[in-house]
Amino acid sequence: MKRQIAVTLVAGALFGAGLAVSGMADPQRVRGFLDLFGAWDPTLAFVMGGALIPMAIAWRIQKRMPTPMAAERFTLPTARDLDPRLIGGAALFGIGWGVAGLCPGPAIADLAIAPVPAAIFVLAMLGGMILHRLLPATPAKQPQLETSNV
Amino acid sequence: MGDLLANAMPLQGLIGGLMIGTASAIMLLGLGRIAGVSGLAARATGITVDGAPRPLSIAFVVGLPLGALLVALILGPVEARFEQGVVTLLIGGLLVGFGTRLGSGCTSGHGVCGMSRLSARSLVATATFMLTGFATVAAMNAMGLGQ
Repeated sequence: MKRQIAVTLVAGALFGAGLAVSGMADPQRVRGFLDLFGAWDPTLAFVMGGALIPMAIAWRIQKRMPTPMAAERFTLPTARDLDPRLIGGAALFGIGWGVAGLCPGPAIADLAIAPVPAAIFVLAMLGGMILHRLLPATPAKQPQLETSNV
Repeated sequence: MGDLLANAMPLQGLIGGLMIGTASAIMLLGLGRIAGVSGLAARATGITVDGAPRPLSIAFVVGLPLGALLVALILGPVEARFEQGVVTLLIGGLLVGFGTRLGSGCTSGHGVCGMSRLSARSLVATATFMLTGFATVAAMNAMGLGQ
């Protein structure tokens, strides 16, 4: 587990560093990308393109690997259906992204760059996540799997 | 209009993007997991018990600001213009938190990890949040709410 934590910490830090280098830590730049009909800033498209390259390669490698290098098995999403929750959730997320210019990664990374406004956003984001959990209308993945040892 | 793209940072964007993609590849090939920030944040804070083991989720979430801080220390100040008011941050945060949980992912999980896997769900989700993001900024500008 220690090794896994170390690998994950490095991955998280590299991810956060990438956000900072790419300009994505700046909500105004992200809003500039979303401002398609105004002063459009295409930087985010380069970030997404750059990020997709290593991952496209990684998925090809993954197909040939029986197990991950530092874990017992692959734990990957298996859902296939294009259900209303997927589309509704993505739509609401996009509205929030447009309103504030922040998505979860940059918001959390910004806790080190602009702590006060980033913390306000992150706390509201966690509030939204809690709100989702409190809603009864999400039966597919009720988190009851680990209650036996309580 | 003359210098429409004058503020773009294509090279920094590409380099930073490669770093983000490499970090995601480390998560996939090293730990066999998706680097989805919204899911990891929910797991790290205990809002859900689904997903990666909690210590790993916490490690990733702590790593994000740590990496940004390292860039600021090594390369100099990182630009982060927060010109939104508190109310805007609160509304945006609520929608992002609720929406990413309902939609099972955000820009990292669906956008980077899922799209590169050619997952139909992630392609649809990414197209959807891009479209509503564009529409929201356009609508705010039209209403004079531009920041």
